[in-house]
Amino acid sequence: MKINKITKNNLITYGIVVAAFVLFTVLASTGNLSSHMKGLLIPMTYYAVIAVALNLCVGILGELSIGHCGFMCIGAFTSAFFSKATAEILPSGIRFFLAFLIGIAFAALFGFLIGIPVLRLKGDYLAIVTLAFGEIIKNIINAFYIGIDKSGIHFSLKNAMELGLDEGGEVIVNGAMGITGTPHDSTFTIGIIVLLISLFVVLNLINSRDGRAIMAIRDNYIAAESTGINVTGYKMMAFTISAAIAGAAGVLFSHNITTLTATSQYFGYNASIMILVYVVLGGIGNIRGSVIAACILYLLPELLRGFSNYRMLIYSIVLIVMMIVNWSPKIIEWRKRTLGRFGFKKNSGKEIA
Amino acid sequence: MALLDVNNLSISFGGLRAVDDFNISIEKGELYGLIGPNGAGKTTVFNLLTGVYKPNEGIIRLDGEDITRKSTIEINHCGIARTFQNIRLFKQMPVIDNVKVGLAEHYKYSTLEGILHLGKYKKVEKEMDEEAMRLLKVFDLDKERDTLASNLPYGKQRKLEIARAMATNPKLLLLDEPAAGMNPNETGELMDTIALVRKEFGMTILLIEHDMKLVSGICEKLTVLNFGRVLCQGETKEVLADPEVIKAYLGE
Repeated sequence: MKINKITKNNLITYGIVVAAFVLFTVLASTGNLSSHMKGLLIPMTYYAVIAVALNLCVGILGELSIGHCGFMCIGAFTSAFFSKATAEILPSGIRFFLAFLIGIAFAALFGFLIGIPVLRLKGDYLAIVTLAFGEIIKNIINAFYIGIDKSGIHFSLKNAMELGLDEGGEVIVNGAMGITGTPHDSTFTIGIIVLLISLFVVLNLINSRDGRAIMAIRDNYIAAESTGINVTGYKMMAFTISAAIAGAAGVLFSHNITTLTATSQYFGYNASIMILVYVVLGGIGNIRGSVIAACILYLLPELLRGFSNYRMLIYSIVLIVMMIVNWSPKIIEWRKRTLGRFGFKKNSGKEIA
Repeated sequence: MALLDVNNLSISFGGLRAVDDFNISIEKGELYGLIGPNGAGKTTVFNLLTGVYKPNEGIIRLDGEDITRKSTIEINHCGIARTFQNIRLFKQMPVIDNVKVGLAEHYKYSTLEGILHLGKYKKVEKEMDEEAMRLLKVFDLDKERDTLASNLPYGKQRKLEIARAMATNPKLLLLDEPAAGMNPNETGELMDTIALVRKEFGMTILLIEHDMKLVSGICEKLTVLNFGRVLCQGETKEVLADPEVIKAYLGE
């Protein structure tokens, strides 16, 4: 039965995530992980989450977006703003949960708004415009000054003095200096839970009526239209969900660092390309691959620190090898044969999930 | 009243009158052929009927309903399904999913139910699977249900495209050169498939074709287009014997 095959594939994906979680938790609790490595665990989860989000956009919807870090940025800032503003009022559990809702909602809203003009474009043009939007979001946030005092929220685009806060008022978003002192609510466990939820949403979506419509648009939008599929509606839906999941990654991000700034290092063009690299090397349209690639490729440069100067050289060699292993038809054939010999059965080189 | 009633349909691209004063009337259950030399405007007529182009003048009525200015999607929901001259399948999807995309308009559940796999999801998906398999069986594609559409042989891709169109439960099926690129064996098989569609579903079909064996073999009525205008219209035998048609299209 096909249903079982899909369910089995999805379960394997969840299983891999849970196994990685158990492995790292055990390693950490038995003292086998350096504190440096422990610090990498949470970033690993949010990069996996955003890789899943981007794969929904690139692999399932088939639209190349290189501005997804912009949505991550929105999720990060809105949620950090909320958390900091309510740090003394709400207990941490509820606060973090609400921060997630807010970060996701705002990222989805902006995904929707940006999707309206962007999804009219195709191919390279769409990629360029999403890139531009990603940069615009980052730069606009850099110009924001927002403070809170007893009379409410103050907003300025000039500097912190312009806010005119009362005594006891607090500057929350301080322009290019960003948000400082967001509560450290992110944990590895929560990161894994968010990753599992994103996987659940995306994998289930793919195997539903809406997911098939989205993939039909990817494969041939003219045929999709003449089959009665609302092309614009489904494109917007997939893009919005993708932005929302990127927003969730942003929430994890902002609650893991002390000073949140909208710098290019985290939210710029390079970061978006890095995530695209995870998606492409993991296999476009292969959600499980994205998770694995994100984890390996995020940890790798850190693990290669021992090679000092040759670090990036080795990293790029690994990228090339991964690309060949995942995409070359001959290697895929060889991989299937070899796995088959050990009793694994692979159904097709290109899986859907 | 005719199922499809088209009056004075015209469209111009710049100075070119691609379709000029086109009239056609198709009764329910008929198999109607649209023929003519290359560039005569046959595919343009299809694109007008399915809302890809909006006509400059004229009215299209399907089952009495005016569908002239509707979008492609709305027209599909009104009951016109089509196939394409160059096959357009959802290539990276399995055969059965291609059909299920077509079925989607008639088997609904909410997005939330789809994401959570709860509520009506299981029941509706099961019904969809059964209906899709029933259709695939008719087209003898049930053994390839999990094959990617792009991996099917050419003839079967054509069949799948017809199956997908049938899945939207249309009143009228438009086939754009279904026999293009087929060898005589495959064409023969295609003729059987078309006959089967008519028998199983009582479908009304309008088809564009250059293969005269197929046209004279199965079409009941013909319209011949030349330079965007109707050259001749009527029963297949009479049309094919018409001296004007022979001169313009068939060759003396």
